[in-house]
Amino acid sequence: MTDSAEVKIPVSGIGIRRKPSASIAVIGNPNAGKSTLFNRLTGLRQTTANYPGVTVEKHIGTVQLESSAINLIDLPGIYSLDGDSADERIAVDVTLGRVAGTPKPTGLLVVIDATHLYQGLYLLEQLLELQLPTMVALTMIDAATASGISIDIEALSASLGGVPVHPVSSITGHGLTELKQALDGISDVAAPAIPASWPELSETARDLTQQLGDDWQRIDVIQSLLQTNPERERALNEQLGTERVNQLRAHLFENAPPAAVEAQQRYGWVKQTISEVQEQTPLLLKMGARLIRWSNKPWPATLMFFVLLLLVFQAVFTWATPLMDAIDAGSSMLGQKLIAVLGDNALSSFLADGVIAGVGSVIIFLPQILILFLFIILLEDTGYLARTSFLMDRVMRTVGLSGQSVIPMLSSFACAVPAIMSTRVIPDRRDRIATIMAAPFMTCSARLPIYALLIAAFVPSTSVGWMNLQGLVLFGLYLLGIVGGLSTAFILKSSALKGPKPRFMLALPEFRTPNFQTVALKLYDRARIFLKRAGTIIFTVAVVVWVLAYFPRMDVNAYNAGITNIESTENTSHANAEAAAQMSQSFLGRIGRTIEPLFKPLGWDWRVSSAVIAGFPAREVVVAVMGTIYAVGSEVDDQRLAEKLRAAKWPDGRMIFTLPMVLGMLVFYAWCLQCAATVAAIRRETNTWRWPIFSWVYMTTVGYVGALLVFQLGTRLFT
Amino acid sequence: MTLADLLPGESARLDKINPADPGVIRLMMLGLVEDITVRLENVAIGGDPMEVGFFGTAVSLRKEQARFFEVTRISASD
Repeated sequence: MTDSAEVKIPVSGIGIRRKPSASIAVIGNPNAGKSTLFNRLTGLRQTTANYPGVTVEKHIGTVQLESSAINLIDLPGIYSLDGDSADERIAVDVTLGRVAGTPKPTGLLVVIDATHLYQGLYLLEQLLELQLPTMVALTMIDAATASGISIDIEALSASLGGVPVHPVSSITGHGLTELKQALDGISDVAAPAIPASWPELSETARDLTQQLGDDWQRIDVIQSLLQTNPERERALNEQLGTERVNQLRAHLFENAPPAAVEAQQRYGWVKQTISEVQEQTPLLLKMGARLIRWSNKPWPATLMFFVLLLLVFQAVFTWATPLMDAIDAGSSMLGQKLIAVLGDNALSSFLADGVIAGVGSVIIFLPQILILFLFIILLEDTGYLARTSFLMDRVMRTVGLSGQSVIPMLSSFACAVPAIMSTRVIPDRRDRIATIMAAPFMTCSARLPIYALLIAAFVPSTSVGWMNLQGLVLFGLYLLGIVGGLSTAFILKSSALKGPKPRFMLALPEFRTPNFQTVALKLYDRARIFLKRAGTIIFTVAVVVWVLAYFPRMDVNAYNAGITNIESTENTSHANAEAAAQMSQSFLGRIGRTIEPLFKPLGWDWRVSSAVIAGFPAREVVVAVMGTIYAVGSEVDDQRLAEKLRAAKWPDGRMIFTLPMVLGMLVFYAWCLQCAATVAAIRRETNTWRWPIFSWVYMTTVGYVGALLVFQLGTRLFT
Repeated sequence: MTLADLLPGESARLDKINPADPGVIRLMMLGLVEDITVRLENVAIGGDPMEVGFFGTAVSLRKEQARFFEVTRISASD
């Protein structure tokens, strides 16, 4: 069986396709233009999957060259091989061929940003210890020239011990042909010599490797000495004796932390090399920097962030409306057409009310989600998201987290699943889990349909000052999510996940123009994931709900004989009353009435209860289910449904949807974890069932208690 | 004085780093090592965290970590 997460994108091409004969790992600093170069070289011939057991994305693409084809393995962006994050470990393991299912690379393509030689050369020097044929792609060469940096390529290559350096511009495509030609012959490139940045360490490691035998590579010995690989460190201690290892260490590091000594040594060399091969140290602030400098001042920058946030949300709601209306109209038209063609029977009901209405009610959010993601991707690729973390670090500190939790929290406003995946950048596990627990509280786009329905039906559209009451309630619900999430993080960080104060350090990239192709590919990925979800989870829920509501069929004769005790409103037509009776005695109705006592304290009758239950796998189906239950049929028409809800009564004639009940229900939806995909994402990212179970139980309880308090207090105070 | 005492716009030379904190080592891996010149580019509201520029790069760090970096001021604010 093939990995289901792996999607092959076929592309029609011209010419002869060869089977890839070699694999080259592409590696470099974050923001060095690695993904852009990778996309430029491989086009759409790539696959995306996860490395087994860890949550690091694996991108492999094929590039057709003059005389061969090679696989390119795109590794995560890193600064150093010494760090202990999953990204850094995977990068080392892949390059050494130690990851199951990933071929051992035959060479390395190291991507270095010409405007950031400093950090790029540091990583390169570490990578040379891997002893693989290595080549450098010097990206952003045009940007470097524009800011007055000139680099002597030959001198650079010479100081790297002859490693070939190829300047490229991914924007203009300049240098790509030469790079491809060079890649074609990478197997002929000699493995690099001892790197010049810290010969003493490299030579010590080389000599030890010869003693230790086949099992050991130079990088293993180096990592053991640097104490960055505990497993290898133990093995080294066993083979050489702890005393010998400690002697070596004392000699090399003089009792300072090894990684600090390495940084001092290698960066010292890098600094020297840059002064030899590069003219003019780049200035951080370039031309036209005055505005940027002003906008970077603490207060203006923070203000700008909030204005931007407001604009993004505004855009998400206004731009998406026409598209959403079109999808809505399309799906209800399709449903009606089907009934017209097939007649009113089980099959047409299944297709129209079950499949089309169910899946359509989810597809309708595609425009909103794509617009929101477009903004997030653009903010990320321009380098602004890192700034956001910087500006918001102070706020996150009050709940025990750092600015790095801001990006996942912002993404949660679109969808918690990618947000949970984006917590990978958070180095500390406790901070990461606290962020994962907080993220699902943020108002994701799936909460909007139920918010929209209930607010439109029960909150009067009156003005409060210059604001509209409906808008104010919606704003309040967003706030409720934020408060819920941040308090959860705070509680966890001061109890179960108590740990050292999170550090906050990250490289702040400069602002740059995002690459169109990269943005388009990322957006395509999001759309694919969303539609897959609509096609699987949501489709299943829609089908199950339809079956439960449709069967068993009611005995119509018995019904018509007048043996009816079904509560029906005065203006309900006969057909509607019949449908309501069918619903009441269906499996769904029976389940609803069984669980009704559980939700009665919240003011919910069996119909609301069963709709809520049906929404646990995916909260966005609740509107469609209510439509089915209240017998609105295939038309997912909010207005008609709202009328039905307003008219719904208890058997004793009291209104069901009172204001306290509706507000309670909104609180329930704001806090409850009704999303199987989120539960699955938490399971994947925390690698245990403990956290997803905790999250589900906790959020459901909080939602229930919140709704209970609002309904009970509201009812007592206002009626 | 330490990095934490610089004002936005000021440049300084990193004299001595005390690698007693794992966060400080992490910053060293990002290139904040002894004998380089840095500039305090920006601060967030309240002066913390701060953005330090060097060799065309910028990293952000909190004041707690900045205190581990001893510096000599080179130039006043421009």
